[in-house]
Amino acid sequence: MQALFDEFPVILSAFWLTIRLTLASGFMALVLGTILAGMRVSPLPVLRGIGTAYVNIVRNTPLTLVIVFCGLGLGLVLDISFSTSLSTNYLWLSIIGLSAYTAAFVCEAIRAGINTVPLGQAEAARAIGLTFFQNLRMIVLPQALRAVVAPLGSVLIALIKNTTIAAAIGVGEASLTMKTLFESHGDAVVPIFFGFALGFLILTLPTGLLFTWLSKRMAVVR
Amino acid sequence: MSTLTAEPRKTRKRASAPDRASVLYDVPGPRAQMRNTVLTVLVVLVALFAVYVMVTKLDEKNQLNADLWTPFLRGDVWVNLILPGLFNTLSAAAVAAVIAVPFGFVFGIGRLSDHAWIRVPAGAVVEFFRAIPLLIMIFAVMYGGSAVFGLTVTPFMAVVTGLVLYNGSVLAEIVRAGILSIPRGQSEAALAIGLRKGQVMRMILLPQGVTAMMPAIVAQLVVLLKDTALGFIVSFEDLLNAGARVLPSNFNNIIPAVIVIAIVYIIINLIVGAVATWLERRSRRSRKSTAQPVAPPGAVVAPGTGEVSAVD
Repeated sequence: MQALFDEFPVILSAFWLTIRLTLASGFMALVLGTILAGMRVSPLPVLRGIGTAYVNIVRNTPLTLVIVFCGLGLGLVLDISFSTSLSTNYLWLSIIGLSAYTAAFVCEAIRAGINTVPLGQAEAARAIGLTFFQNLRMIVLPQALRAVVAPLGSVLIALIKNTTIAAAIGVGEASLTMKTLFESHGDAVVPIFFGFALGFLILTLPTGLLFTWLSKRMAVVR
Repeated sequence: MSTLTAEPRKTRKRASAPDRASVLYDVPGPRAQMRNTVLTVLVVLVALFAVYVMVTKLDEKNQLNADLWTPFLRGDVWVNLILPGLFNTLSAAAVAAVIAVPFGFVFGIGRLSDHAWIRVPAGAVVEFFRAIPLLIMIFAVMYGGSAVFGLTVTPFMAVVTGLVLYNGSVLAEIVRAGILSIPRGQSEAALAIGLRKGQVMRMILLPQGVTAMMPAIVAQLVVLLKDTALGFIVSFEDLLNAGARVLPSNFNNIIPAVIVIAIVYIIINLIVGAVATWLERRSRRSRKSTAQPVAPPGAVVAPGTGEVSAVD
């Protein structure tokens, strides 16, 4: 127990990194996922094909492999760098991997949401002469997004848990910090584990409740 | 285009994905067709440019040299390095699945118990293991097993334990949803003719529930299979280990190796995913159950195909 109090600042900063990873990747995944969803319902078969291929490839690849590829492949071999600081660079590489992976799930969620918009809405939009893009932006997406608040919440919770996989390329977020603490406090494995488990419960459970509440509030009454 | 025909509303709702999407735009006239052709050419050009940039970048770093790729044409590389990894991945997934499915049934049914002393602990276990990251569990088993219980924990055991606790908890939610999806009248009728609670579960609810939950269970097994790759972080000698540690240390070819390994993962997962979709279609048609197929918690059901993608 004492170990938890002694290392509290370390644990806190590890979770702060987890939160930053989640927010950065979550934002990028939302943008990329919305674009992908737009591509998958677009009039151009080429765009639909690219979107479908992306989702099917990424969804069937383990996230650990994606992150390892970003870290070792993009980072070490291809020398793609975002910062002169090595740790910041790996942080960004892991954010790229996390967002690229999560975007596929965001895309599927939004596409399911587009399906909930009543046919008449889109037909009316076309009837008053809106183009595909206007139709999507002004009529369909706003309603679709409100319908998928709950699934997007599930994707976000999965993302919070998935940020731990950045440990594979040495990003010192919560899981890697827990492992380090296990090594330095071999006598306090149980309290350290429950401390970190509690940290994740504090992050995931309220997020779930918030999104359930939001999804009820945002639901389109039909 | 089917969107302009006067079909009954129900069949229109079930239209396949491309048909449904076409509601967003009109059947292209001459101008729109021309514009679409121009846009298609543009998209293709942009895509080709992206591929060109990637290939040049890879070539600059000598990643297209033949000696990095030829190992994959050799039989011994597959037999000695890749297939043993694949075997470990598949056996971890198989062992975890065989334990996680009964775990899911026990805890899923436990959560529906009339007795609070069964329902509450079962609920606590399921919610706890769903809320914390799998990697945290794997680390805890790895270190806790030896530090607390004095056991020698192999990476295989740590990975399987983590997978069982996490996926078993998700499966418990699937089982619960599957049983709850059966109309109340079914169990009321069964109770009315004098069946006991256990009999209702065994003879009425479970047989129909299993049909409804089958596709979701298989979809969750794709997640389980993908998650075995977490073993890489605790040095489990799985397929990812073969691609990201063993092959690069022999041939210094991390990018080609990871790409080849990714293709193997994708093929296996597509096969399991296809089984899930097939089961989903079959149970949708089935008259053996009064319940519709259920989805894993938080999963997204793809429009049109009904393909379930478990979020993970």
